[in-house]
Amino acid sequence: MEDTNVILLWGSNARETHPIFFHHVLRGVRNGAELYVVDPRRTSSARWAHMWLGIDVGSDISLANAMGREIIAAGLANEKFIPHATSGFEAYKSHVEKYTLERAARETGVAAEAIRKMAHAYASAPRAQLCWTLGITEHHNAMDNVVALINLALLTGHVGRYGSGVNPLRGQNNVQGGGDMGAIPAHLPGFQHVENDELRARFEKAWGVTIPPKRGWHLSHMFDAMERGELAVLYVLGENPADSEADRHRALQRLGSLEFLLVQDLFYTRTAELADVVLPAAAGALESEGTVTSSERRVQRVRRTVPPPDGVRDDLQIIFDLARRLGHDWGTPDAESIWNELRSVSPMHAGMSYRRLEEMGGIQWPCYDESHPGEMFLHGRLWNEPLIGPRAPFHVVEFEPPVDQLDEEYPIRLTTGRRLDDYNTGVQSRRYSSPLRREESLQLSPEDGRHYKLREGEHVRVSSRRGSIIAPVRFDSGLRPGLAFLSVHAHDRVATNELTIDAVDPKSGTSEFKATAVRIEKHERT
Amino acid sequence: MDLHLTGAQATAEERAAADAELGTTQSGSQVCRQQIADPRVTCEATANGTRHLLLPVLHAVQKRMGWISPGALNYIASRLDVAPAEVYGVASFYGMLSLEPRPAIVVHVCDDIACVIRGVDKLCAVLESTLGAAGSPCAGGRAIWQRSQCLGLCERAPAVLVASAGADPRERVLAPASAEEVQSLVQDALQQRLPHEPDALDVRKSVPQSSRSSESFPLRLLHRIAQGGAPTVEAYQRLGGYSGLRKALELGAEETLRELSDSKLLGRGGAAFPAATKWEALFRQRSRLQKERSRRHYVICNADESEPGTFKDRILMEGDPFAVLEGLTIGAFVTGARQGYIYLRGEYPLAAERMQRAIESATQNGFLGDNILGSGLHFTVEIRRGAGAYICGEETALFNSIEGYRGEPRNKPPFPTQSGLFRQPTAVNNVETLVNIPGIILEGGAAYATLGTTHSAGTRIFCLSGHVARPGIYEVAMGTTLHQLIDLAGGVAGNGKLQAVLLGGAAGTFVGPRELDHPLTFENTRAIGASLGSGVVMLFDETVDLRRILLRIASFFRHETCGQCVPCRVGVVRQEEALQRLVDKQPLGSAALEITRLREISQAMRDASICGLGQTASSALESAMRRWSLFA
Amino acid sequence: MNPSPKDALQGLDAPVATIPVPRGPVPQAPLRPEPHWIEITIDGERLTVPEGSTILDATRKLGIDTPTLCFLESLTPVNACRVCVVELEGSRTLVPACSRKVEPHMSIKTDSERVRLSRRLVLEFLASSVDLSTAPAVQAYMKRYNADPERFGTTRATVAQPAKVDNDLYVRDYSKCVLCYKCVEACGVDAQNTFAIAVAGRGFPAHISTEFDVSLPESACVYCGNCIGVCPTGALMFKSEYDMRQAGTWDESRQTKTDTICPYCGVGCDLTVQQQDGQIVRVTSPLDHSVTRGNLCIKGRFGWQFVQIQPAGK
Repeated sequence: MEDTNVILLWGSNARETHPIFFHHVLRGVRNGAELYVVDPRRTSSARWAHMWLGIDVGSDISLANAMGREIIAAGLANEKFIPHATSGFEAYKSHVEKYTLERAARETGVAAEAIRKMAHAYASAPRAQLCWTLGITEHHNAMDNVVALINLALLTGHVGRYGSGVNPLRGQNNVQGGGDMGAIPAHLPGFQHVENDELRARFEKAWGVTIPPKRGWHLSHMFDAMERGELAVLYVLGENPADSEADRHRALQRLGSLEFLLVQDLFYTRTAELADVVLPAAAGALESEGTVTSSERRVQRVRRTVPPPDGVRDDLQIIFDLARRLGHDWGTPDAESIWNELRSVSPMHAGMSYRRLEEMGGIQWPCYDESHPGEMFLHGRLWNEPLIGPRAPFHVVEFEPPVDQLDEEYPIRLTTGRRLDDYNTGVQSRRYSSPLRREESLQLSPEDGRHYKLREGEHVRVSSRRGSIIAPVRFDSGLRPGLAFLSVHAHDRVATNELTIDAVDPKSGTSEFKATAVRIEKHERT
Repeated sequence: MDLHLTGAQATAEERAAADAELGTTQSGSQVCRQQIADPRVTCEATANGTRHLLLPVLHAVQKRMGWISPGALNYIASRLDVAPAEVYGVASFYGMLSLEPRPAIVVHVCDDIACVIRGVDKLCAVLESTLGAAGSPCAGGRAIWQRSQCLGLCERAPAVLVASAGADPRERVLAPASAEEVQSLVQDALQQRLPHEPDALDVRKSVPQSSRSSESFPLRLLHRIAQGGAPTVEAYQRLGGYSGLRKALELGAEETLRELSDSKLLGRGGAAFPAATKWEALFRQRSRLQKERSRRHYVICNADESEPGTFKDRILMEGDPFAVLEGLTIGAFVTGARQGYIYLRGEYPLAAERMQRAIESATQNGFLGDNILGSGLHFTVEIRRGAGAYICGEETALFNSIEGYRGEPRNKPPFPTQSGLFRQPTAVNNVETLVNIPGIILEGGAAYATLGTTHSAGTRIFCLSGHVARPGIYEVAMGTTLHQLIDLAGGVAGNGKLQAVLLGGAAGTFVGPRELDHPLTFENTRAIGASLGSGVVMLFDETVDLRRILLRIASFFRHETCGQCVPCRVGVVRQEEALQRLVDKQPLGSAALEITRLREISQAMRDASICGLGQTASSALESAMRRWSLFA
Repeated sequence: MNPSPKDALQGLDAPVATIPVPRGPVPQAPLRPEPHWIEITIDGERLTVPEGSTILDATRKLGIDTPTLCFLESLTPVNACRVCVVELEGSRTLVPACSRKVEPHMSIKTDSERVRLSRRLVLEFLASSVDLSTAPAVQAYMKRYNADPERFGTTRATVAQPAKVDNDLYVRDYSKCVLCYKCVEACGVDAQNTFAIAVAGRGFPAHISTEFDVSLPESACVYCGNCIGVCPTGALMFKSEYDMRQAGTWDESRQTKTDTICPYCGVGCDLTVQQQDGQIVRVTSPLDHSVTRGNLCIKGRFGWQFVQIQPAGK
């Protein structure tokens, strides 16, 4: 990031949501890189950009496809990389042909010239980084959004090289590790597909069990299954879906329909309130031993820094105890032994002994053996002569506006996000006294403030097609008229997810948190 | 950047003052805005590059409002995209800028050593009884008077400068000043009747050689001023001006540089560094610099003359401004610089006005700007005014000041010729040095080198003040003795008996009456542990209590240290405290212990300070203690 | 808005056979040119160091303990404290080891009379004007150089002033400030780029300040605490530490430090958690960690209270 020429930050306010990553971005900028920020809001990140493009919420694919078209038309596509390492280029080329700059300007709301400039800067840079966060993935077409961006990286060859690549910035300290460990429906640890008989057999042999040969449900599937009555028992570890699910009203109903809900958490969360049994757990990173994997695939050790409260066990102990009650005695839990077991079944983790993790300050996977240094970037194979492994495919994706459409009744586009000093539903972060924290407020453009004849601090009723909440207003000159913002941190006061829509991306299971149609009315407090 | 501002808002008048200064300036982001006229596209990261306008815009608001309010500061921060804490840090560095409400009319009364000798204490005593205590508002809160460091008007001591803020800001010098005149000037200011002209150069008084036929000392640098000055480009050319530049353009850069090198001219600002060496360093990098797209390197005229007792550069700029420009333009020709700056002391309103007019006139007449004299040379000059910080005369502090940072010196190396203004190669020359150059090119370097002595070529301008009969600036050949120089100025004033001479200003050295026969050359003064410095020759007769003078000098350094490095920041304070105890005859331990302590402080400051200020802050004190037992 | 584990699902529907992708070559950063080596002499001993090294790098290579105050590996040297000065042959003045780059044939003395005098005086200057009671490293230097700040008398000027306590996270006690500029650099271009503080004023009264000395909550401060992380004298201090010190319960002998990874976003910042009696009292990050370079954000540095409270509702 510090040694690159162009950085595209797309759907990310890293200045506030990934502050230390943003230090590296700014170093890159001070070393001469140009920063482009794509975000409906003129965020604090956007204010460091050489160019900010304030697109309409959910118009990313139109923008990306138009960039692709422009890059091809200007002769800036990577002539060497595309035939060498990709497939599907011709289909992509003819598909994006209809995404003219003019069309994209219409659909995104930003000037064609800005789109052209960004396309040229990205494509002609010797090195370029493309980073995104939830502005891309919290949509009903999340995977399509991601694919549209990956197409750009393939088109320009900005992948698999030093200083060039694609970077989805992870929102949680171990969201990557969860996937690495197989806590996703289709994969066993090390991204080994559960539907691959050969791979699955290896695990079955190692564990002495039979593994169902089909992928499981992701979270949205589970909630659908609850509604259908197919899912009756839920075990929730360190998650607060009662606050965090889109269309919260409906989510609460579904959780309420469960026969049995087991919640394991640090705190008595809203979800825990609904539970049949609550197991108090120690905090992962501060009170337990283990590892986590960061955004840059770096596996690092977490350690117990302080003892948990009396009577509280860490997650491992609880799972082991639970297993014992269910008739499986796994012995005494030990984080390192479990890690070593993982290394024996996951080739990409094989070289990461605890000793090496400590000595090297973490290792970026894959790390195949104990002499392997880990890999600072992925996909270098695509540049190898001859190509190693399969080609990287272009996928054609079509622009689709957000599901929750604006109309006369719901004319304001509400989008959501994090603030610097807070985190998700606030279970952890709202327990320290942040001088930055202000009463959670609906942020509006000053123009809308005037339009609705509002003063800062006045309360409004915000209603969507699903629910309505009361919130004070605050003006934000980074918002354009018609765009509003709420964080998701303060559900006890401002339950943002009462408003959001659970239009789910069928591939990833993510809801469209980023695009809600709302209307606002002045609320006279009684 | 993501600026965060407090809620304080600028008034319409404050905004207007800032806008008037910045009006034509477009940040990169505004340029971008013109290219892509879409409120949903911004280019804030391209907005930088305007920080160097910070000091000028602070000046503009100060002049209009009399102070810089939180709202005005926020407005400046947002216009220049500089964090408000940084703007505050810069503004609070400079003595002339006020960050608290202050009356529009400020009377600066110089109480530095030359004015002390000329009775400023009495003047202040009268002002205290008529206007009230220094630093507290008077005239119904509309004016304030305060003591000031040397105003560079020592030949006319005691000196006063009145500044009146407002829509039509004015400045007016009064020197020599009487209490009645000060009061009447304050009345004029209150009624907005201050004249347009901030001052008038009286050549007969300030340049006494002008009214004497001085065959033994032909004037080279002062000849135009002695003939009444050359305020217009026509007058300047009539008196031989711009023939040096024409000659240089004929000779070409390399030959011009050779002439300068042959002249053995040493810099006249105080450090006595060979003038040709700096230009040569840039000249050698020319081909590399010209290849680079922006071709950014600079020549700067250091006109931040602030050494107490020095006023020669002021008179040169007031009386012969085109000579300064001509020297600088020859520098641009040799070095290939396309942009020059004159960093001009904030307390010199008349010099600033004359220089500004000269730049405009030179530009109109083809001596600056594009294609100078048809030679293809392109060179523009901008004046930057200091704001009351002695340290900004140090060349690297000067760079920081122009760039819009606090005027703190940088560590050397890298030297300015490698990394100077905006981190680009830069040559900095003093005013007097530059005024020497046209003549050198015209007459040839070898001819110049025959003037003066082998190691100190040419003539030199000295600033005589204090107990001297005819104070003013004097141009003499290098090697003239102090005795001869004092005689030229009519000897000691009145019937006084000479006690001491301060050479080189506050950062200089004292010599005694028995050391007057030493020739004034760089090598000789160095040999007796003194220095010519900036050409100060200040006389003290036997009525003066030298200990008080030393205290005033110590207090000067305490006030003017930038505070960046520890030895200087604390050293000057401990030095003044110890000196005060000695003067009060209340030494800690014994006088001898205090003197040991002072010597150690002095050595640490000399050895470990970043820049020349700290390194010379005890020079005058040390020289005095060496010569006289003042604290027995 | 709870992405876990949903945003980890890329490649979910990719062809089964290609997961995991085959192994490629190990990626490398571009090679940097081999540095030139320069020979210098320090205290009579010859050594070679790569071009671009500072004198401090060279003295450290020889195991010479050069005192530093304003220097930190992760920050641009400001060479303002001058406690690291050494004697360089041919130089009129002493030179700062922390920022002076080596040049061929330099001959350097690190412990001459001149060096010792300047270092002693610098320490005496500081200790006579600043409260160094929470700066053990400086106290050790003072012992080494026999510094006696008391010899400047009792009526000397100091920077004594009340501590600024204007938020629950950290305290600024500028009576302990040596004006090393580190906090300004950490708040500015060297790390955080927030520029909430700057050096204001001039000379002895120069000080670290927000604009017009407004309180931190009014200022641009984002409470990353990176200024605390670099402060060498305890002028900037966690409120938790400050309160314990005020109460007399701060006891480093009862404290341990453990490294872990921040429980918040996915950047992977290394936290060094310092605890006393099971309570976290301070959080820092190692300077040499490639992700943080010693820097954290508000959540990483201060957002740990959640492990200090008993579970609610129990």
